[in-house]
Amino acid sequence: MIWQAFWAVVRRDLLLAWRRKSEGLSAVFFFVVVAALFPLGIGPELNVLRNIAPGVLWVGALLSSMLALQRLFEADYRDGTLEQMALSPVAMPLLIGAKMLAHWLVSGLPLVLLAPVLGLQFDLSGDALVTLTLALLVGTPILSLVGGVGAALTLGVRGGGVLLSLLVLPLFVPVLVFGAGAVEAQVSGLGVQAHLSILMAMLLPAVFFGPLASAFALRIALE
Amino acid sequence: MLTISNISCVRGHKPLFAPVSFSLQAGQALHLEGDNGVGKTSLLRIICGLSPADAGEILWNGSSLNKQNPEVVESFRASLCYMGHNLSLKDELTPIENLLFDAQVAGRSLSHEKGMGALRKIELNNRAHLPLRVLSQGQKRRTALARLSVSEAKLWVLDEPFVALDAQSLDNLRALLANHVLQGGMLLFTSHQAVELSQPNGHALDVQPIRLVAA
Repeated sequence: MIWQAFWAVVRRDLLLAWRRKSEGLSAVFFFVVVAALFPLGIGPELNVLRNIAPGVLWVGALLSSMLALQRLFEADYRDGTLEQMALSPVAMPLLIGAKMLAHWLVSGLPLVLLAPVLGLQFDLSGDALVTLTLALLVGTPILSLVGGVGAALTLGVRGGGVLLSLLVLPLFVPVLVFGAGAVEAQVSGLGVQAHLSILMAMLLPAVFFGPLASAFALRIALE
Repeated sequence: MLTISNISCVRGHKPLFAPVSFSLQAGQALHLEGDNGVGKTSLLRIICGLSPADAGEILWNGSSLNKQNPEVVESFRASLCYMGHNLSLKDELTPIENLLFDAQVAGRSLSHEKGMGALRKIELNNRAHLPLRVLSQGQKRRTALARLSVSEAKLWVLDEPFVALDAQSLDNLRALLANHVLQGGMLLFTSHQAVELSQPNGHALDVQPIRLVAA
């Protein structure tokens, strides 16, 4: 019964994202445009491009996920779905975790899949592209999970979007440092395992505490 | 059995309504009355557990509903169906999708046939494949009422269930509520109109009024 409710929330949110395609696509398109503007603005200096590639792609991913975060709980809050989730006999953190999973599938996974293609513009080597994709695969769920807590805390606040960015972006710094660092380590031949392990070590507590903290904040927002 | 004892609610340093106590037993219907802004919705939200009460206690089958009794809270939630001002329907989903997802999130399973049957009763089965955003306000409310009819919850807490319904839907809703009460369910609702529920044999069902007064 519990997992049925979990997967029902995932399927509902994916179906909603499919029916409101423009919302999900805009954040992904934003990522593509930001990543494409840098090579145009900086010029065809391959050494420079290779050096800035990890940072630019990661910052693009951070900002794009910020765009999508604001809508994570907004619609459910307005139409009362969140109330029904709070009143469900199924534990609320589990249902919120399901929402975060669906959110990552819609807004995080496309970035992971697009990153190697965009990395080509920066003349990244094959190995570096693989590392970039792996680091994003581990790192973007952290953005959805930690960002979800911020989205829950700023729910219903006027001008919540800006507040959300101020609240959450500093928390993304470690993910940015180690995510971009993994690619740099690969390029300079240092090995990426340490960086990926640290990202993984950040993901695990985020999986556990993210939905719990969000559910707690959402209950306060509903009062 | 649901027992409300001396519940009060403070908004902006002032008590909203005078402390209220009542109990609701199986097969009983309560009509919560009161002027606009006296706190009917707030009281219903407190009873459901969405907002905390500032004083007083809520008992479910004799045990207090609070964080210290998680298993009581869980059994209460499994028996509760709450319908507030927000209908918790998704405009992008069709009525049948709304019903099915909603039942699953509430931890119940609902078959497609049963869901369609409920929509047939409210004459929405020929709209079951249309997204809710193209339906009228009244049809949306009827979809929300179809959710009631497939809910197996024992306790129904309804906030203004009678607004925006046409005469036929009003009759359907009254029959649905009467049937729930006759089958041993509990019903707590707010409404600004007088509401009469009748049994199939024509006898009126006893609907007990609870008057909420400003403090």
